[in-house]
Amino acid sequence: MPHVDLAVTSKRDLNAALHALPANTNETHWHIANPEGAHALAAGINAPVTVEIDGHAGYYCAGMNSQATVIVNGNVGVGVAENMMSGRVHVKGDASQAAGATAHGGLLVIDGNASARCGISMKGVDIVVKGSIGPMSAFMAQAGNLVVLGDAGEALGDSLYETRIFVRGAVKSLGADCIEKDLRPEHEEILAKLLSAAGVEGISPSEFRRYGSARGLYNFHVDNASAY
Amino acid sequence: MDNSHIPQTLPRFSATFDPHTLAEIRRAAATGIYDIRGGGTKRALPHFDDLLFLGASVSRYPLEGYREKCATDVWLGTRFAKKPIHLKTPITIAGMSFGALSAQAKEALGRGASIAGTSTTTGDGGMTPEERGQSQTLVYQYLPSRYGMNPDDIRKADAIEVVIGQGAKPGGGGMLLGQKISDRVAAMRTLPKGIDQRSACRHPDWTGPDDLEIKIEELREITDWEKPIYVKVGATRPYYDVALAVKSGADVVVLDGMQGGTAATQDVFIEHVGIPILAAIRPAVQALQDLGMHRKVQLIVSGGIRNGADVAKALALGADAVAIGTAALVALGDNDPQLEAEYQALGTTAGAYDDWHEGRDPAGITTQDPVLAARLDPVAAGRRLANYLAVLTLEAQTIARACGKSHLHNLEPEDLVALTIEAAAMARVPLAGTNWIPGQQF
Repeated sequence: MPHVDLAVTSKRDLNAALHALPANTNETHWHIANPEGAHALAAGINAPVTVEIDGHAGYYCAGMNSQATVIVNGNVGVGVAENMMSGRVHVKGDASQAAGATAHGGLLVIDGNASARCGISMKGVDIVVKGSIGPMSAFMAQAGNLVVLGDAGEALGDSLYETRIFVRGAVKSLGADCIEKDLRPEHEEILAKLLSAAGVEGISPSEFRRYGSARGLYNFHVDNASAY
Repeated sequence: MDNSHIPQTLPRFSATFDPHTLAEIRRAAATGIYDIRGGGTKRALPHFDDLLFLGASVSRYPLEGYREKCATDVWLGTRFAKKPIHLKTPITIAGMSFGALSAQAKEALGRGASIAGTSTTTGDGGMTPEERGQSQTLVYQYLPSRYGMNPDDIRKADAIEVVIGQGAKPGGGGMLLGQKISDRVAAMRTLPKGIDQRSACRHPDWTGPDDLEIKIEELREITDWEKPIYVKVGATRPYYDVALAVKSGADVVVLDGMQGGTAATQDVFIEHVGIPILAAIRPAVQALQDLGMHRKVQLIVSGGIRNGADVAKALALGADAVAIGTAALVALGDNDPQLEAEYQALGTTAGAYDDWHEGRDPAGITTQDPVLAARLDPVAAGRRLANYLAVLTLEAQTIARACGKSHLHNLEPEDLVALTIEAAAMARVPLAGTNWIPGQQF
């Protein structure tokens, strides 16, 4: 089990070592100490390993992650797990803006709150936020599921495509073309799986409300001009 | 009284409300929607044609045209990248997307560029295997939409171009209308088939130069600092944009003037936002010089490059390389007069066809219609592009030798004069026959 102390080892050396891991590596669980808010920590991994960061991470932690499990025992800066392809990123604290931005796959779990634009342009990732999310979240979100146990800020799901949004608390306002939809059994099934995967217990899927695209802006029409 | 012999006032069109303007008013009134089209600005602008080379004479002597070497190669990405790019010619292919262009067209661009020893560039919508397979050197665009963005493709690329804007629409996002969204395009972009695809105008996870610096650092970390990172901006405030790109850590700055094309944007945007490339190069070079980074951070300029004289003039003004887009499509076969009957059927004429967003291009280039796209032979079209690139390079060499230069990069502003006061002011070279540079000498 490699231990990397970033007070001693450079971030460049850490990331280079993580990128050099073969698919069948025996070094499957890494501990990172003293991250001190460094940016791009554990970014670009493409191997089935676990990286545990003890402390706060800066921007783009676990950016473009593939296969790996990245756990942050702290808070993260802007763009955690941005463009993640697969794997799992678990933030034990809070996340700044654009968490999970444009991510194509995998699971992003945030135990605390996520700031503005959580899930912006998400393209297939599943995001579970146990706290609340900020304004303009899921803006132009294309695919995947955004689950929020707390509240959502203004303009949720503005210009939404096919992402499903589930919010348990209050939604301050919905963005253009985002509407509330029925929570059907198949959605409760999706929710149950995601809550379980995120380690959430004691909360029923029926406590959530579902939001999605009205699909009214999918093709330009002049009568919708005020919505653009 | 018989007035038949009295001269009549001739019908007179207004210069303000000219026939084109009148037609646009009527079209807008009938449809309620702005005009969308492809390409770059069509208005007359101060351009490279307004500059002339002085050539050699008593004070400078030329190089022999067919005997003495005039080198054309260029290194891109020497500032930070472990693996900078070395091109045989400083004429690169600009970013154009699969989606906007057919797979055949993208393949042809790769083939032509590879024969010529230069690079081609992906676009909004990701990297296709055809393009990667046929491109010896491929620049991967990193765009706000992140359509098709994939770290595996980033690792396959030879350089990464962070696109902040483009000359046809600085400050605007992309648009690919539903009729061009085939199953393949839809899948690559993770969107339903047939819907309009709006690409965001801002990146989703950073704003401003301080964030950009961190984003570039992330891209370098992910690619282990191997690949050059370009930053592309539309020409608006070139001095400040270039300075901030350098501050953010760019290896290469791509500066695109308003003559640069787009797949589809509002005509009002294309014609009224941004500045001509002629006006943008010198402020950009000035920024690099002020920072001590000229030739260390390379400058690629684009927007209306058509011939070797344009290439030579752009380099003389301080660019390290140029990029071509519209001209490359024409070399492939776009707007070919041999297809005139089909252009007529679309309500246009060869040379003026710009409804690229409709996907009905008879040349098979700006379309996703499999029948139309199959008309373009990627091998033959690639050959035409390679020929064209060779001519551009030879023409630029011809001029450089006449100016006594053993490398295209030895061309300098002192080799140029301007034909008009506007061009003299923009290019910061003297009006021909004078030593007057407007704004600098009185």
